[in-house]
Amino acid sequence: MRFVDEFRAADVIGKATEEIRRLADPQRHYRFMEVCGGHTHAIYRFGLKDLLPPNIELVHGPGCPVCVLPMGRIDDGLSMAEDPNVIFTAFGDMMRVPGAHGSPLEHKARGMDVRIVYSPADALKLAQKNPSKHVMFFAIGFETTAPSTALTLMRAKKEGVANFSIFCNHVTIIPAIRAILDSPDMRIDAFIGPGHVSTVIGCRPYAWIAANEGKPIVVSGFEPVDVLQSIVMLLAQLGNAEAKVENQYKRVVPWEGNRAALKAIGEVFELRPYFEWRGMGFISQSALRIRDSYGQWDAEQRFHVPGVRITDPKSAQCGEVLKGVLKPAQCKLFGKECTPERPVGALMVSSEGSCAAYYNYEHRKAAAFTTIGAKA
Amino acid sequence: MCLAIPAKIIELYPGEENRALVEVAGVRRHIDTGLLEDDPPKTGEWVLIHVGFALSKISEEEALDQIRVLTMLGEQQAAVEEVQGYGLNDS
Amino acid sequence: MATALPKIRFRDPQIEMAHGAGGKASRRLVEGLFAPLLFGPSIEPLADAAHLDINGTRLAITADSFVVKPLRFPGGSIGELAVNGTVNDLAVSGARAQALVVTYVLEAGLPTEILEAEVRAMAAAALRAGVVIAGGDTKVVENGKADRMYITTAGIGPPIPGISLSPASVRPGDQVLLSGPIGDHGITILLARGDLELEAELCSDTRSVLPLVEALARVAAPGIRWMRDPTRGGVATSLNELARDCGLGVLLSENAIPIRDMVRGACELLGLDPLHIANEGQFLAVVAPEYADAALQALRATPGGQEAVLIGSIEEQPAATVLGANGYGGTRVIDMLVGDPLPRIC
Repeated sequence: MRFVDEFRAADVIGKATEEIRRLADPQRHYRFMEVCGGHTHAIYRFGLKDLLPPNIELVHGPGCPVCVLPMGRIDDGLSMAEDPNVIFTAFGDMMRVPGAHGSPLEHKARGMDVRIVYSPADALKLAQKNPSKHVMFFAIGFETTAPSTALTLMRAKKEGVANFSIFCNHVTIIPAIRAILDSPDMRIDAFIGPGHVSTVIGCRPYAWIAANEGKPIVVSGFEPVDVLQSIVMLLAQLGNAEAKVENQYKRVVPWEGNRAALKAIGEVFELRPYFEWRGMGFISQSALRIRDSYGQWDAEQRFHVPGVRITDPKSAQCGEVLKGVLKPAQCKLFGKECTPERPVGALMVSSEGSCAAYYNYEHRKAAAFTTIGAKA
Repeated sequence: MCLAIPAKIIELYPGEENRALVEVAGVRRHIDTGLLEDDPPKTGEWVLIHVGFALSKISEEEALDQIRVLTMLGEQQAAVEEVQGYGLNDS
Repeated sequence: MATALPKIRFRDPQIEMAHGAGGKASRRLVEGLFAPLLFGPSIEPLADAAHLDINGTRLAITADSFVVKPLRFPGGSIGELAVNGTVNDLAVSGARAQALVVTYVLEAGLPTEILEAEVRAMAAAALRAGVVIAGGDTKVVENGKADRMYITTAGIGPPIPGISLSPASVRPGDQVLLSGPIGDHGITILLARGDLELEAELCSDTRSVLPLVEALARVAAPGIRWMRDPTRGGVATSLNELARDCGLGVLLSENAIPIRDMVRGACELLGLDPLHIANEGQFLAVVAPEYADAALQALRATPGGQEAVLIGSIEEQPAATVLGANGYGGTRVIDMLVGDPLPRIC
């Protein structure tokens, strides 16, 4: 596969890991946060931690748009679809996320019309093909996905599709990073920056992280070579006592971002004054809502939204894991009450969630090797 | 955050706004190119696709450059060590 | 060395799609509900077929149901799956299918020409597989109740001489063989459903693997420890079942696993792992190291086995775990499928 295989080539990976070993100061313990759930997933899927020296620690950030949704929002979305004339549509990522009375898939098993779509455009087409039904699309994602939702709404308006609405749960990445840096338990040396969000917002929005907080940030791609090269660049900056924003993912990320995408977001959405993030409380100006000019397609205006706030069980430590304060295995429920099959929190069921990634790819490796150690 | 894949534009539809056919390793899908309206893609170009929309063009030059930089790393280091081995600084 | 299976009691309040997906939930249902209530102590609940002693004659017996949607897809149809699937279950249990019986559950309103097409497909598949269809039953249910048609087949046949399979016989150093490329069937079905609007020239791999198993048996019978056809849940699920049953580790070389470009492309696009995707014409075999080369050559020399390959080995550690080595120094745990493979965007 073009533009994929080259970035998974063993010899290039070897060069990058050698360079990491050369640059990493053995007297130093590095803590790098990868903000984006896609990076967490890649790190585990490609076994990248095995390639790093022990003094480089990767801390998982909150960039999982499913994980940071409070459970109440899932229930709000599902309540809209209780009407048999409503078709609930969402990406596959949403389907196993637990609400208070079950996940969308479990609701489907009980007879609700729940369908997976690959694109918001497919949800719109479904509405056009089913004029007697109402299609509601549960929109999630950071700035990567918001432009696609925006274009879909613009098309719905242009083509006058009346039986379609969007339940908007788009969130923005900068407030999440700010919340990490403001957290008193935080001790991050540098950031592996979100790759695909940056194709939309560009690299400028991260300037304050380097300038005000003094932390290097490298906008990174998702293949093994990308992540490793980003680590090389972070080590080089720290070695030179520098802190700047760099773009490793140049083949895809324009420094200025995507003007057309930003324009589409601005046309359709505005910032909510505040929004609740799972585990991080209310954060101002951190989420998008649909403008009144598109109010007819706003599910929150079409339907009565219960707006129930459901707090996570006290024993679940989703928030601390989201902020990187705890590792997944340190949560008391990890692997016991909370597993991918019976998740307590979304971090375990969303494939981007750090708990799921750790559980699926890593934790038995650690346990098995611990056993060997114990026997020896 | 998200799953975005490099795909090649194999067909455009001049009559239809913002619609293109892309291919990934032999798998084809129609996508929306509306987000690239400032610099519309041409057939044969590579784009990054996410949830059925093209987010960005892929620069082949930057991709090659990146691999080149990394493969040269070892060589650069070896060259530095070789020069150091000449003992020019010992006196 | 086999470890005792933990007691699992089935506590889920309702049946979900996941319980039929072939992964962890399916296993929980079988081990937690069916096994304690239905199966006698000598029955291995998750085995592909049961080998029974009937008045001094050993016979293998199995059954499987087929509920695929759509009924017809590139490379095959429900009828062919119904024959090949059962022949394959018997083959990987070390038996040669001789006869099948078939039951149809048909939805009222089903056009006869559709039924006829499937019956013809089954007849042709049975002829190719060398089995006789000895009888069956038909039921019709109200319109809307059977997704057009469901087919169940049960198969019976004698053991293949020389084969004695058991997870307990698996040893560190044993080699893992795979008969050919994975993921074709599952991705073909996903694409054929049309919801994802993806197109590719891909076909189901449905076929009888009996000729390949027999070729393997001819040169390596004493060295074959375990076999399985990786249907729902894919190679990952089958190998995890092995790892759990024998208590040893399975180390795969991910670069060695044959996957067609289009399957890889579709999986990358949808965020799926090819190791979790169903196959209908492949099988896995664990073979003692001294037989591994001969086994591979025998498969490659048999029509349909040209792409057979060694994909890994059995290790002492990590116990009961499947690991994938990526070829550049890293490993990841390859887990059993949790629910249905769901396309993701993130």
